[in-house]
Amino acid sequence: MKGAVLLSVPLLAVSLAAARAEPGTVAMDHGTDIFRKIVTELDYAARDGGQWRWHVDGWIGGDVERVWLRSSGKVADSEVASAELQLLYGRNVHPFWDVLVGVRQDPEPDGKTWAAAGVTGLAPYFFETDATAFLSTDGDAALRLKQSLDIPLTQKFIAEPHVELNVYANDMPERGIGAGFSDVELGMKLRYEITRKFAPYAALTWERALGETASRARAAGEGVEETALRLGIRFWF
Amino acid sequence: MISARTCFAATGALLAAVMAAVPANAGEYRLTVSTASVEVDGRTVEKMTINGSIPGPVLRFREGEQATITVTNETREPTSVHWHGLLLPGVMDGSPGFNGFMGIAPGTSYTYTFNIRQSGTYWYHSHSGTQDQSVLGAIVIDPAAPPSIASDRDYVVLLSDITPENSDRVLHNLKADPGYYNYRKRTLGDFLRDARRDGLGAAWRDRADWGAMRMDPTDLADVTGYSFLVNGKTPDENETFLYSAGEKVRLRLINGSAMTIFDVRIPGAKMKVVASDGNDVHPVTVDELRIGVAERYDVIVEPAGGNPLTVFAEPVDRTGYARATLATAPGMEAAIPPRRPRALLSMADMGMTHGGHDGAQMNHDHHQMMNHDGHDMMNHGDHQMMNHDGHDMMNHDGHQMKGHEDHRMDHGPGEHRNHAPQEHRGHEGHGSHNMPDGMKAAAAPEGEARPVGWASGFPPDAKVLAYEDLRRHHANADNRAPDRTVELRLTGNMERYLWSLNDRRFQEASPIRVRYGERVRINFVNETMMAHPMHLHGMFFELENGAGAYRPLKDTVIVPPGKSVSVILTAREVGAWPLHCHLLYHMVSGMMTGFIVEPPETAQGGITPDGAILPLAVSHEGAAAHHGGHAAHGGI
Repeated sequence: MKGAVLLSVPLLAVSLAAARAEPGTVAMDHGTDIFRKIVTELDYAARDGGQWRWHVDGWIGGDVERVWLRSSGKVADSEVASAELQLLYGRNVHPFWDVLVGVRQDPEPDGKTWAAAGVTGLAPYFFETDATAFLSTDGDAALRLKQSLDIPLTQKFIAEPHVELNVYANDMPERGIGAGFSDVELGMKLRYEITRKFAPYAALTWERALGETASRARAAGEGVEETALRLGIRFWF
Repeated sequence: MISARTCFAATGALLAAVMAAVPANAGEYRLTVSTASVEVDGRTVEKMTINGSIPGPVLRFREGEQATITVTNETREPTSVHWHGLLLPGVMDGSPGFNGFMGIAPGTSYTYTFNIRQSGTYWYHSHSGTQDQSVLGAIVIDPAAPPSIASDRDYVVLLSDITPENSDRVLHNLKADPGYYNYRKRTLGDFLRDARRDGLGAAWRDRADWGAMRMDPTDLADVTGYSFLVNGKTPDENETFLYSAGEKVRLRLINGSAMTIFDVRIPGAKMKVVASDGNDVHPVTVDELRIGVAERYDVIVEPAGGNPLTVFAEPVDRTGYARATLATAPGMEAAIPPRRPRALLSMADMGMTHGGHDGAQMNHDHHQMMNHDGHDMMNHGDHQMMNHDGHDMMNHDGHQMKGHEDHRMDHGPGEHRNHAPQEHRGHEGHGSHNMPDGMKAAAAPEGEARPVGWASGFPPDAKVLAYEDLRRHHANADNRAPDRTVELRLTGNMERYLWSLNDRRFQEASPIRVRYGERVRINFVNETMMAHPMHLHGMFFELENGAGAYRPLKDTVIVPPGKSVSVILTAREVGAWPLHCHLLYHMVSGMMTGFIVEPPETAQGGITPDGAILPLAVSHEGAAAHHGGHAAHGGI
């Protein structure tokens, strides 16, 4: 399955990088100034003949300089609907903020390559925040904003509301995207941390196409709104 | 759980243990650092040990004799042993990266020789990476003259913490998720309960204040999962100190923990504190004391009758306890006292208060509230809070926050009072108006109300040792005003698990240099929300606690969250000395610097009279705070 192959690419890259940073069993092994946190989420929704989504986000590095790895994508009805990979260099510029620059490659749907630049960090009131701008080799410009918040219901049961918003500077007809706000996702994820590093979750997500993008979807006879219950696992290492 | 009995040490280590137990000559010891399987919290794990056990043997010396200690490294990584609190030539201090000492490579030995110039209670531990959580032991030095306080029994009470986790893994987890070990976070349920009790507005404002700073009031300890030990014994194993009715028992309390600050009490008996960090003090009788990592207090206990008494040590985050028993026969035990509720930090713990200030003031982009230069956000103008209860030290705090260097210099010796950790108990230091339940909560079980603030939670009628109570046994000879003040801000960023001094991690910092004979004040200003036990190697400092010429000598001092503590010293120990937070993971994350005492001009030939190699410098390679780094190459 093409999706599995594609999914394995970011996971393999992450695994290789992580193996290099594996702390020794003895305290003072070489290179332990290198730390890492790479969070992977993989979930399933029973729609479109079975819809899988993956999301990888994390870093490897020291206190100041880090390499960031990101990947996300969707597999619907055994077809990879979208897949993207990002490799970024990050530098800490403020106690709570890192500036990132790097590249993004979208194997699906169209193999587009982008330059990426953004910030990531913790906004006041503990909002995990990412803002990334993208410029493709075809001249497309896009901006993605993401925020999430961890709310402990108990010490292990965590509610995580999240929001993602995409904006484009230009039309991308081949992707059905119109200039302006294109889509938004709101979700509430409930995860149970069996350990800090491993947690199953259930998420209720609501996605909606916006503006010109929504108009194009309607014209094509497609829906503009999608609500899904997702079951998945989250782990980091 | 851990015990020497369950250690399966290498044959060599056992042999060395036997040899160490019977020293060839007075003042001569052989120690072997090796890896052994030990049982911790029901799991068998590999830990580094001294002579196959945790802790290693008690080293006993007499003032005036020469110590000769050969340390053999049978592990696969470089190690070191540092003699905490001892006055000695720099190269014998055992701190890799300092004074030319580069650690002890695997398979090699290093012989430390130095003259014993002091007496009292000290300890030793590895100064390499995160090893000191298991490579440790006590040192007891008998005075040349008879002790000023007599006792019939004399016991070491070495408190420590140990986790089954690999200590390097702990650091990685903290770097990836600083809240990794905090399972006492405030939940939605806590919010609803607070809202019912204090009103929705107050509960919301409290959350908003902490959220604006991106800080967590439950962050009392970075690491949990520890077992707490007395002389290596778990509470179940019940270390027992025997006495006969009517006897005076001297307990040498040593906090040899990696990360744990303890509250110590002996229900049913008073403790008479007679020494602090190895130095005799005027006896002061207390019910309880708080002992920071690496601090020592000698206490005299006179148990009334023949009933057993529990020596009870609770970590400040109340995640467990260590205990031992004073008993007239083996096997006796006394009741385990009820556990104290865990405190919640308050805004006042960081020099802030809700009182009368606009909450938004703190919201401005000051991230890391602690890390900015302009202390104007610190609300020092709020004298309503500062003068609460007429505590003059609160005013000092204000001055320091404002950075009035010259004003501070006006204080003569002894007038410069400190914030001792215990003085903020109850409401007196906190401005109770913003935390109406502050006092009531002290005695209430957790879940209903929690004590608020650093060092709260003691019963109101208990006498708790305060730094102000410590007066040196005899007057200090040198009472000159300081020639200069070194301002050392204790800084950090919990969200990234970064710890630093003056905003610089060890590897980024230039060492502090002072002249031989210079009188130096070090003013520790804690800009973080955690308490830091600050330790200077190689010399004692005088704690400026208002005791005049009787300022107590210490080598480690707790600087409470958001508070300032100053010490003063005359630089007569030539060398490059580590100055660092003694919380293990703070030190290895960078909360350390070098304190260099330049040699007198009489030094010749690149070697000072006491053997320090010139020029004095600090190597970041190999030093503990440069974690990992290249310590692995540091051998010999």
